Amino acid sequence: MAIKVLHHGLATTVQDLGRPGYFHLGIPIGGAMDRYAMRAANLLVGNDEGAAGLEAVFMGPKLEFAEDALVAVTGADMPAKVDGEERPGWTAFKVKAGQVLSFDFLKAGARICIAVSGGIDVPEALGSRSTYPIGALGGYKGRAIAAGDELPVGEGTLASEGKSVPEELRRMPSNPCELRVLPGLYWDRLTDAAKESFFADEWKVAPEADRMGYRFKGGRHLDFVERKQPFGAGSDPSNIVDSCYPYGSIQVPGGTEPIILHRDAVSGGGYFMVGTVISADMDLIGQLQPHTPIRFVKVDMDEALAARAERARMLAALRESLG
Amino acid sequence: MPARYTFGGDEHLFVECSDEMSLDAFFKSLSMATGIKDSNIKGVTEICPANASLQVKFNPDIIKPDDILKEVQAIEGAAEKAEPVLTTRIVEIPVYYNDPWTHETLMRFRERHQDPSGTDLEYAARINDFGNVDDFIAAHSGSPWFVSMVGFVAGLPFMYQMVERQRQIEVPKYLRPRTDTPKLTVGYGGCFSCIYSVRGAGGYQMFGITPMPIFDPTQETSYLRDFMVFFRPGDIVKFKPINRDEYDAAVEEVDKGRFSPPIREVKFDLREFSKDIDGYNAKLEGMLNGH
Repeated sequence: MAIKVLHHGLATTVQDLGRPGYFHLGIPIGGAMDRYAMRAANLLVGNDEGAAGLEAVFMGPKLEFAEDALVAVTGADMPAKVDGEERPGWTAFKVKAGQVLSFDFLKAGARICIAVSGGIDVPEALGSRSTYPIGALGGYKGRAIAAGDELPVGEGTLASEGKSVPEELRRMPSNPCELRVLPGLYWDRLTDAAKESFFADEWKVAPEADRMGYRFKGGRHLDFVERKQPFGAGSDPSNIVDSCYPYGSIQVPGGTEPIILHRDAVSGGGYFMVGTVISADMDLIGQLQPHTPIRFVKVDMDEALAARAERARMLAALRESLG
Repeated sequence: MPARYTFGGDEHLFVECSDEMSLDAFFKSLSMATGIKDSNIKGVTEICPANASLQVKFNPDIIKPDDILKEVQAIEGAAEKAEPVLTTRIVEIPVYYNDPWTHETLMRFRERHQDPSGTDLEYAARINDFGNVDDFIAAHSGSPWFVSMVGFVAGLPFMYQMVERQRQIEVPKYLRPRTDTPKLTVGYGGCFSCIYSVRGAGGYQMFGITPMPIFDPTQETSYLRDFMVFFRPGDIVKFKPINRDEYDAAVEEVDKGRFSPPIREVKFDLREFSKDIDGYNAKLEGMLNGH
């Protein structure tokens, strides 16, 4: 069974839940930006949560199915169509052999996850099917899909057509979106005024926002506590001796535009970081469009862990609902 | 000096051994990373050593942040007492300095550079008080380098020059990063040399190019069949200047699957090194050359 790509959309890649274990060599975890949505899509079509699906950003692909399959589209609000006829999101539907799956315009969010019963069956690379385009690793030939590609699909079941994720178990960012941040890392490089304005100001998603990182603009410039730069750090006050970067860490080169590193993060570099977006809010970032207003909200470790537990409860409810 | 501990969200513990770069700080971070790995702490998912710091990723559903902190702090004590000795390998990397490909690229991005009228090599030679580019290349290729971190992108080595601090080369990064860097460019930023493992964006000054692939996701390169990434933290590198003919010949060897970089296993002792840096480096080079 295969899916023929008629149009690639904008940037559509094969993703699963990622490739942990190689960050110390500069190979990031990758995987769906909105993991919860990818898990939900897979569960809807009877796959393991970690099966490979497609992630499409801003614009959906156009796909022709060689055989019958069960499909689910989750994440952003971008209506799916089968031979031009609309299908609901967060719901499993059938696509018959010869039919074409396409998408309407994006209404809300940024990324859809497309799961197909059986999963996209490209070979695993370092334990994952996720695409890491910079390293030409994993996915379909190490790159985003393109018109003419034939995507292999594994053996699936057609049992669960019509299953749907209840409204309260679908998660999308609010507007303005709040991203919870644990201050730390090089937070104390900032002046008290900068520490305050970082959380007080409204920021907007900049056009430079992709799987590697999301950039934000619009807040006040962050000033640094004066110091003599340590040997090897570089001359700019925002420079440090090149260190590792946590996933979700927020660097602010030159003190101007914060960048949150995401699934395809560079593993390290020489910019100071003010803190880290908590694990519970990482999925939300993948659903932010450019120009979306956001606010950083300060939390402590206890609040971060409570939010994480809340996400775990929601995932448990999802599994129960679709199980 | 005790390390500084801070959390990167609810999944990362960040340990800064020192805010400035030194071989002592690098040895401590590498030694701690090894210690954490050997402890097999439940819930630890990734250990990333860096130049003068390290990062431990953990699953807080399995180990509480306070507990991982205590475990790693205990390891710091042991790491400080550990002998600064490393069994590693020394490898010779051929470099075609002043090559046409990085030259074309640096001219294309000249307006982003501190000195638009010259080349990256001319600029680096001047601000480091070398009389000319040849003397600068002789210094860059004259002493060995420690791979003090692997990362940024897949398999990219950061390398720290094994000389006294006053002799160390230092250059700023580009004023604004380039959107393009040729694959296998030998670059420089701050006090670190690097080799760009893949083509892409970059802000380091560009000095030359190596014919030797260091990352190969297809694993077809003869010496990358076992694993797609060549470098490991702790590797020692010696650059060997080559000319165009030697470069072309090496590329052909790589393509035919016959290229294999000279590698020797060596034991490095930081105390012995610090006593007589030039003498110790000469011995390392001797071992590389089979003496």
